[in-house]
Amino acid sequence: MVVANQFEMVCGLEVHVELQTKTKIFCGCTTEFGGEQNTHVCPVCLGMPGALPVLNREVVNFAIKAGLALDCEIAEFSKFDRKNYFYPDLSKNYQTSQFDLPICGKGGLEIEIDGEKKWIGITRAHMEEDAGKLVHSGETISTSNESSVDYNRAGVPLLEIVSEPDMRSIPEVLAYLEKLVQILEYTEVSDCRLEQGSVRFDVNVSLRPFGTDTLGIRTETKNLNSFSSVRRCMEYEVARQARVLNAGENVVQETRTWDEGQGITLTLRSKEEAHDYRYFPEPDLPPLVIDKEWVERIRKTLPELPAARRARLQTLGLSAYDAAVITQAKAMADFFDEALTYYTDAKTLANWVMGDMTRLLNSNQCSVVDSPISAKQLAELLQLINKGTLSGKIAKSVLEEMYSTSKDASMIVKEKGLAQISDEGALLGIIDGVLAANPQSVEDYRAGKDKAIGFLVGQIMKATKGQANPGLVNQLLKEKLA
Amino acid sequence: MNMTISREDVEYVAALARLELTEPEIQEYTEQLNSILDYAAMLERLDTDDVVPTAHAVPIHNVLREDQVRPSINHAKALRNAPDGDEGFFRVPRISLT
Amino acid sequence: MESVSIGKSVSEQHELLVHKDVSSTELTKAYIARIHSVDPDLQAYLTVLEDKALAQAAEIDRKIAHNEVLGALEGIPMALKDNMCTEGIRTSCASKMLESFIPPYNATVTDRLQAAGTILLGKVNMDEFAMGSSTENSYFAKTRNPWDLERVPGGSSGGAAVAVAADEASFSLGSDTGGSIRQPASFCGVVGMKPTYGAVSRLGLIAFASSLDQIGPFTKTVRDNALVLNAIAGYDPLDSTSVAYEKPDYTKFLVNNVKGLRIGIPREYYGEGIDPEVAKGIQAGIQTLIDLGAEVSECSLPHTEYAIPAYYLIATAEASSNLARYDGVRYGYRAEAEDVLGMFKQTRAEGFGPEVKRRIMLGTYALSSGYYDAYYLKAQKVRTLIKRDFDQAFEKFDVLLSPTAPTTAFKFGEKSADPLTMYLSDITTVPINLAGIPAISIPAGFVKGMPIGMQLMGKAFDEGTLYRVAYTFEQNTNHHTLKPSLSGEVLASGSR
Ligand SMILES: [Zn+2]
Repeated sequence: MVVANQFEMVCGLEVHVELQTKTKIFCGCTTEFGGEQNTHVCPVCLGMPGALPVLNREVVNFAIKAGLALDCEIAEFSKFDRKNYFYPDLSKNYQTSQFDLPICGKGGLEIEIDGEKKWIGITRAHMEEDAGKLVHSGETISTSNESSVDYNRAGVPLLEIVSEPDMRSIPEVLAYLEKLVQILEYTEVSDCRLEQGSVRFDVNVSLRPFGTDTLGIRTETKNLNSFSSVRRCMEYEVARQARVLNAGENVVQETRTWDEGQGITLTLRSKEEAHDYRYFPEPDLPPLVIDKEWVERIRKTLPELPAARRARLQTLGLSAYDAAVITQAKAMADFFDEALTYYTDAKTLANWVMGDMTRLLNSNQCSVVDSPISAKQLAELLQLINKGTLSGKIAKSVLEEMYSTSKDASMIVKEKGLAQISDEGALLGIIDGVLAANPQSVEDYRAGKDKAIGFLVGQIMKATKGQANPGLVNQLLKEKLA
Repeated sequence: MNMTISREDVEYVAALARLELTEPEIQEYTEQLNSILDYAAMLERLDTDDVVPTAHAVPIHNVLREDQVRPSINHAKALRNAPDGDEGFFRVPRISLT
Repeated sequence: MESVSIGKSVSEQHELLVHKDVSSTELTKAYIARIHSVDPDLQAYLTVLEDKALAQAAEIDRKIAHNEVLGALEGIPMALKDNMCTEGIRTSCASKMLESFIPPYNATVTDRLQAAGTILLGKVNMDEFAMGSSTENSYFAKTRNPWDLERVPGGSSGGAAVAVAADEASFSLGSDTGGSIRQPASFCGVVGMKPTYGAVSRLGLIAFASSLDQIGPFTKTVRDNALVLNAIAGYDPLDSTSVAYEKPDYTKFLVNNVKGLRIGIPREYYGEGIDPEVAKGIQAGIQTLIDLGAEVSECSLPHTEYAIPAYYLIATAEASSNLARYDGVRYGYRAEAEDVLGMFKQTRAEGFGPEVKRRIMLGTYALSSGYYDAYYLKAQKVRTLIKRDFDQAFEKFDVLLSPTAPTTAFKFGEKSADPLTMYLSDITTVPINLAGIPAISIPAGFVKGMPIGMQLMGKAFDEGTLYRVAYTFEQNTNHHTLKPSLSGEVLASGSR
């Protein structure tokens, strides 16, 4: 980027992630995605007169869990506040959120770019409720003569994770997001389904000349819902701000919105029009007091986090690259670890998991969770190779058969008679036949043309439909020709 | 009288509260809010630097519900009171971005 | 028979039902007849549920016919203030905004009274969204005081007080944010209890100020009051501010004995606004208690004068947020407009009355950027000081005693011109809501033919002791037995 020579980018992110509870944050309505409009609603999430909120315990548990996974301090005392603003998707015209005493305080996570490690600070994380969904009659919100509101999403629990302005490049931002989403998935506090809008990003960007310490004037672009939108939005915003600064003008502090179709950001409201949210303590909800016991109870439920898991796999002989690929998604890593309890050669296992197994899953657009081949079944297949029952080549076709039938490898081998021929007597007979039929090759070999043996092995494998134990064939053939 | 709150303040607050006020209302509220806030100024006499604010009358904490689904209300009930409800939606007129 | 029975207390009516001297249907019909006869003048009711009430009564009568055990409130006709949600029955908050609002659910108190077998006669008038001290702020009607039709019944639960005072219901429920049960009880000569914050569920009570609102009963006698509180109080898991306390049987406290009980008289409650005649009446009541063996002495609640501004800042701030939901989208009134912003502004301008708008304005201002610390936060700190005053007083006293209101019922329009004057008359009631403690108003005599009320304040969740003092006082006086000579006045008013 041209601007990179003149300006340094400073970026902080606010990530809103939907917590994976069964019910909404303040009422018993289901959080299930989809559902006919306004059917997952009740007096509480519709903001009916007289309705009162009751906090979902699991939301607090998940917030603590995410906080621990992100190295955050867990507040001993926290409370809810009302954030007051009018919008038709907000059923009470205030959002119940946390203002000055959030459940999670300072934390952070480590990213790695081209081998360089960097710590990205997290300022805070707090619990809040989602709003409903607006459906517009026209193309966009402003060109629609009317809009319709569906409150099914209203009250779905969110955790808003606010980072420090620690990121200095788009790759850093993307690395932070990937890492963050990975941790949230690992801890199972969220399914992080970006396509369903269960993670949303607000991006704060400013530029400053290299070598200065003071922050430039920033803009905040709200409600991005994919990594690629974040990347494109930032590319646009960095270029735009650089143009403004190069023209000797000032960037306007404002809230912007991303237009996915046009690939540009637009002014939503300026600082002067900024909301006066009139936060005050939520009188309908008593505060939260989280003691050490509660925190420790949650800590015990924390899974091994990606970094620790990666390190462990490397001690088992996996390359850094392989360990990273396996631990990228928790489900894959769990599959790997389970297979490892039946088959101890981690390196070979990794090759199969990352290779044929992944290829099969991808070509069938299947997630590892739904894999028709269990971890135990894969392990059994690999054991058959080790025992010499199967050749690596035949094992690949057995794996395909396993995928389509969910049968055990040994069962398929038995049914199809695929076991390797390791019986010397049987093989010697076949070898004799092949040698008799190919006198020229025998002569060539004896004349020093080593290649000829390859042809002979091929003929033997052909005669046994590939089931001959290749090591044994080689050994017996050499003895015969000696 | 001490003008604690100006006409502009009243207009700003009315905008925040989404209240369309008439000219006589703006004048009336400016006057009345001033008189009430002047009276409230007596609170300044109290030194409350070391006083913890009370948000809840009864000091309870950690009131929590188990994560169990309770039946939602049906469509008809949800929309029965809607001034403009149609096809299961609540309808609103044009939303301007600012 | 019927017309006599409506004047009786809940416990007397219960005996009549049990002994089949009167049926629940007869009792209900008698109340409906009474409503038809006096309510055109008094205008306590916003909605009368004749058919539903009679159907409920018939149900109870079947139980009686089968000699089933009858609960203390079974078959007793009552009324609810129109800010308590009743499923399928309009709940208007006396506002144009909710003129046609039909709640899809019941308030917890509605459910509990239904479970107790009471007969819901209807929904009664109030100041719009419970904001007011005279019921003059109702969008629908001006409820009149049965003791003098030229005077207000008090507020905001004016309809609920009048319904009981004029025998239009055996008992009723009101809500009290800054005196809205006690002051109308005092003005109308009935018993009104504001329980401890957290004792009665607020679920389904349309919120005015969430940290101050509390539901409580209006009754003719102290015993009735304890009976009704028995039915409605107690933990509700659906109200997070409801307290899981050990709920006693409140009738156990109804003993005619105050010997040795320590009663404090806070001198700040006898400030400049107090009518000397009212003070005199209360003094006589204090003497009665002294004669009965109570240990009475003066005490101080030094931050009392700060309670009014603190109360009005906190209550209006919470109200400004609570009332934001009335925007014409999901329920209630809607004004048509080109865009959503215009629709919101116009809906709220037309749907709310002047007092509601005034309080929304004040509350919004108190929370707005730059003023939060000076107003709202300061008020919350003062709230702490007021609470502390009470804590200290209750180290020395079991109960505190004051007039419920500085005056008797005032005339229509007398105070509505200047909101501040109206607010200042709440000096004796708002500190109690800020502290969250219980207080009861009981009939304590008359000044120029108008009732005065004595307020007893207690420790949190010590409603029992308040009932004990109130009961003893009631057993040794006859103020509560006097009734407004309504039929005569109503006839006379026909010429108006
Ligand atoms: Zn709900």
